[in-house]
Amino acid sequence: MKKPYDLTADYQPAAFTFANKKAVEEAIARYPEGQQASAVMPLLWIAQRQHDNWIPRAAMDEIAKILSMPPVKVYEVASFYTMYNLAPIGRYHVQCCGTTPCWLRGSERVMAACAEAAARAPDGLFTVSEVECLGACTAAPVLQVNDDTYEGLTPASAKELMALLEQGIDPKAGDKQ
Amino acid sequence: MPKLTIDGVEVEVEPGTSVLQAAEALGVEIPRFCFHDRLSVAGNCRMCLVEISPGPPKPVASCCLPAADGMVVKTDSPMVREARAGVMEFLLMNHPLDCPICDQGGECDLQDQAVGYGAGRSRYTENKRAVAEKALGPLIKTAMTRCINCTRCVRFAEEIAGAPVLGQFHRGEDAEIGTFIKAAVATEMSGNMIDICPVGALTSRPYAYRARPWELTKTPSIDVHDALGANIRVDSRGREVLRILPRLHEGINEEWIDDRTRFACDGLAERRLDRPWVRGADGRLRETSWATALTAAARGLAGRDVAALAGDLADVEAVVALRDLMDELGSPHRDCRVDGAVFDTSQRSGWLMNAGVAGVDEADILLLVATDPRREATVLGARIFRNWRERGLPIAVIGPAIDAPYGYDHLGDGPDALDRLARARTGFAKTIKGAQNPMILAGMSAFRRPDGLAVHRALHEAAQKFGATFNMLHTAAGRVGALEVGFVPGPGGMDCAGILRDAKALISLGAEVSAPKGCFTVYIGHHGDVGAAGADVVLPGSAYTEKDATYVNTEGRPQRAVRAVAPPGLAREDWTIVRDLAAALGKPLSYNDISARIEAAWPHLARWDTVEPAPWGPFGTAGPVDRVPFAAPKDAYYHANAICRASPTMARCVVAFRAPNSEEAA
Repeated sequence: MKKPYDLTADYQPAAFTFANKKAVEEAIARYPEGQQASAVMPLLWIAQRQHDNWIPRAAMDEIAKILSMPPVKVYEVASFYTMYNLAPIGRYHVQCCGTTPCWLRGSERVMAACAEAAARAPDGLFTVSEVECLGACTAAPVLQVNDDTYEGLTPASAKELMALLEQGIDPKAGDKQ
Repeated sequence: MPKLTIDGVEVEVEPGTSVLQAAEALGVEIPRFCFHDRLSVAGNCRMCLVEISPGPPKPVASCCLPAADGMVVKTDSPMVREARAGVMEFLLMNHPLDCPICDQGGECDLQDQAVGYGAGRSRYTENKRAVAEKALGPLIKTAMTRCINCTRCVRFAEEIAGAPVLGQFHRGEDAEIGTFIKAAVATEMSGNMIDICPVGALTSRPYAYRARPWELTKTPSIDVHDALGANIRVDSRGREVLRILPRLHEGINEEWIDDRTRFACDGLAERRLDRPWVRGADGRLRETSWATALTAAARGLAGRDVAALAGDLADVEAVVALRDLMDELGSPHRDCRVDGAVFDTSQRSGWLMNAGVAGVDEADILLLVATDPRREATVLGARIFRNWRERGLPIAVIGPAIDAPYGYDHLGDGPDALDRLARARTGFAKTIKGAQNPMILAGMSAFRRPDGLAVHRALHEAAQKFGATFNMLHTAAGRVGALEVGFVPGPGGMDCAGILRDAKALISLGAEVSAPKGCFTVYIGHHGDVGAAGADVVLPGSAYTEKDATYVNTEGRPQRAVRAVAPPGLAREDWTIVRDLAAALGKPLSYNDISARIEAAWPHLARWDTVEPAPWGPFGTAGPVDRVPFAAPKDAYYHANAICRASPTMARCVVAFRAPNSEEAA
């Protein structure tokens, strides 16, 4: 599925500056001299963390400028990877794994439960998306909410998780079984 | 040197050669979509699969596999055929079956190769993917659903045109080519993407649905929109030129042409002078017969001091005839520098691109003086960009700052910067003094000023001091040819500025200038533009696609344009018009064969495609050089000559690519 984006939308900020200059420099310094463009992925990540979990066009242009690369190269990378969001996203980004092991263990029903809970929740709280393998197949099915993974889910436990998140309670990440 | 066996034939190739290229050297053609000789290797279409031993027991993409010693390659084994058929099936999976309405039909790589490797029918029963069209400007029409994601256009834009605005976005089935942001592809080379696109995703918008390739008559010819003389192929049907395509010439345009060359051809059908016109007593032009027009011209010119101007599109034949007529009339007032450039014409090396167009590849430092190669000679600009991109060619600019894809040092705005450069010891001056092949490239703007002769001398001195080649970048296709045959003011003759001020009678060979008041003007040309509008007698000539004619490019390379279509109406070949005008004036030319006349007097102009080197000698006149900055190069790229100005496509380009600083914006 193509991720949503609209570079001319009203919500796009006019400018973007990195709050943590030191982190940017550190990311760039990881790569050899003349290969600074390699830092495009860490920089996009830093920008996304700083900006409500999505990357505005201004940030991509700023990254292009910092790394002296054509902006179009930054757009290419940002549009390719699922981990970068190009449009505003809910406070909780619920990424449900739909790859084979999770799918065999009923990820479709978990995902449906999440989608249902998200649809009932207030706007801007949840964004549910299907992603490829989250790397926790031993405890399938799994899902990831922002930085935390939740494992061994059932539709009921997924619903419970969503309810806790909706109340602003931080559930304990990890195995739910 | 690796030695490998391809299809049972042993071949030795340079290290680093790919298996695909090694096979090509043997004449074994391997199908491909994404691989292109002049672009970086992407290796993403997988059509060029071959079987390799020793190696993994699976087919390998030959475009990105370096040839190795002892390799045994099979390009036509059952395994290869099966693998390619599989690739083809995947490529055709989402490709629409719309060949009958596709402009690429008949010259489509995918179509051709599907004949060889495609299955008779598709096994794909899902819905096909559809991709939204992209707005790429008035020249390129898109049908992105046909795209097979080979990324040739993306690589062309970045590596050749120097305008990295295209990319491949999203992934998997959603992967698509585009600009992501809404932007026209603002490069003067964009038309070449149509050529390199192996499918019908990018096609020519002005040519859309006009013709099928097998209906067209293909005539190899020469371009006249700039002074490079790019080799072109004129595709015509009946009397209509439908499109212009590039023809390979390694020394000039390689396989590219710029958008003006490619798309201005629809101007050949607009605003044409297709019959003679004579200005009546009431001051209005009226159409008439050749006999009346020639008599009127002879009557108007007789008894006056006749001056002559050769315009930017004049061919050598017509200029020679006009020169001979002027000799017969005993008039020294003649010039071909109708843009008002003033430079010393006595030395051939003073007005040629002495290093040659291909010399740019060897240059190790480049000084641009009052020129913008991107606009004035786009394909040359692409060579400069390539040298800068691949080998880090140091470039400096004297004159107005230019909008170029390459980085450069800006040394100053006026001729005094030359002087400063000669005295400096650091920076660019130091680099140029240590260089092996320095190159100075001077544009017409350097000479379009009263102190042109002194600037010319200053450039000669600079070339001497730095051991650099002096290269003049002309902008007019007819200029160098006219200079070659000495169409410059004779002793006591007026130059262009003088003629436009004081001439009493003027023969204008396609010069788009306004004659002075009261001057009797005979205009010979093919488009109703500035020149014809003010003329007293208009004699209809032929455009470059309508005559066998010689043009000399900026490096002094004579090339032959070949007649592709007939001139419209009563229009005729230009030199025969001059001959008849001479006869009407009672000064008939002494020959009927213009080629023999040219060959006898200027044998090097009859040796087509051969550059006669110019001996180096002093040129210009020593004198005070004004500190006034060089004027900005004339930036009417899409409106440079009468053909462009008549072209609806060029008019659309002016609107679409309007630049804030160009004349076109005004």
